[in-house]
Amino acid sequence: MSDYLQVDVKHALGDLSLRVSCSLSAPWTVLFGPSGAGKTSLLRVLGGLIRPDRGRVVLHGRTLVETASGTWVRPAQRAIGFVTQRPTLFPNMNVTANVSFGLFGLDQRSSGERVGQMLELFQAGQLARRMPADLSGGEKQRVALARALAPEPRLLLLDEPFTGMDADLKVSILEQLTAWLAARNVPALYVSHDVAEAFQTAADVMVIDQGEIQAHGPAHVVLATRREQLLRQLGEGTG
Amino acid sequence: MDQQAIFLTFRLATLTTLILLAISIPLGYWLAYGRARWKPLVEAAVALPLVLPPTVLGFYLLVLMSPRNAAGRAVSVIFGHPLAFSFAGLVVGSVIFSLPFAVQPLTSGFRSIDREIMEAAELLSPGRGRIMVRVLLPLVRPFLLTAAVLAFTHTVGEFGVVLMIGGNIPGVTRTLSISIYDQVQDFAYAQANHTALLLLSLSFLALLLIYGRRGRAGV
Repeated sequence: MSDYLQVDVKHALGDLSLRVSCSLSAPWTVLFGPSGAGKTSLLRVLGGLIRPDRGRVVLHGRTLVETASGTWVRPAQRAIGFVTQRPTLFPNMNVTANVSFGLFGLDQRSSGERVGQMLELFQAGQLARRMPADLSGGEKQRVALARALAPEPRLLLLDEPFTGMDADLKVSILEQLTAWLAARNVPALYVSHDVAEAFQTAADVMVIDQGEIQAHGPAHVVLATRREQLLRQLGEGTG
Repeated sequence: MDQQAIFLTFRLATLTTLILLAISIPLGYWLAYGRARWKPLVEAAVALPLVLPPTVLGFYLLVLMSPRNAAGRAVSVIFGHPLAFSFAGLVVGSVIFSLPFAVQPLTSGFRSIDREIMEAAELLSPGRGRIMVRVLLPLVRPFLLTAAVLAFTHTVGEFGVVLMIGGNIPGVTRTLSISIYDQVQDFAYAQANHTALLLLSLSFLALLLIYGRRGRAGV
């Protein structure tokens, strides 16, 4: 099975144009690029949260979007987990119900076990019965990660989900997440402004600008050759 | 007090409210998130009873229900009798007349839901019905209550449309508001006062329920 990713789409709203074609090697590919480069748009197109006017999206050899033939795979049928910077838990459900929301075809016992494993993975087992309103920002984010991983997606999309999280906790969660992704051979596309994280996760780095790949390869290679340019772009992106 | 009119009015209002909720939940959702170019046309049509004199709406419904035209004949076949001057006709008229009172709160409710919560639900659940039942409806519950109460009380207080479509047939189409009109015409002011007081109390309690819950929910 190929971990090949091909996105070639145009969308009138926001004048969006993306041309990205690459192989994803598990576990991590960190996306860098200046603000407005198309990083978040790429994740949203892959996740099915933007329905492009024209183009094609292929993932793991499966066509998710093809406007010419009218192909459109709905977000939940793409086997993609997506966590954004702002954790958006369902406020009317407790943590357990939130994490189990994406689980289908599992009996109650298996579902309960999966939820328990996911919460333990993100050090959130003690939060199982709490409501989202009673959680801190970091706790919400850990639950959102558990919820995204519970259905065992084939691709994980992360859009700066660790912003504002305690540094030690972030390191610990990244380690757990890396082990989980590697064990299941699941690639993760991760938008970040933190160069250190790319080294920490031994990631591939993909530099995007104006919706196209500018560089793609192991972190130490890409970051060494494009250091000055990247630092300037990241400064703009975070500024 | 006209017991028959009380029973008839509450039966009409209950039935109308249930039908309106069944229509307004999907319609309100579509008005909140639909992208069709002709959406303003539907929005305007739904809101029309807010600005249209009830007699105008009643007149056109009466014309439409007439066995003299194709639509009226088709409806007569479905119901087994002409809709004009019947309880079923009153239900149809009430549903149309009270439509904006149920649809507009629900549209506001759906619009108030955080877009990212919608997206999270779409990423996790392929079934729209499941998303509606487990995520969206619980989040719009205060708006659902407002829609139900407004639809019910507005139907209870309806006069012009009822008179035009239903006339004034005791036990069939004579509602409480028609009954008050009759009592005033007969100079039975004490009776009219009792009936009016009932409607006034009901309306006030309904609004109290809405505003009380809104206050607690912080909506």
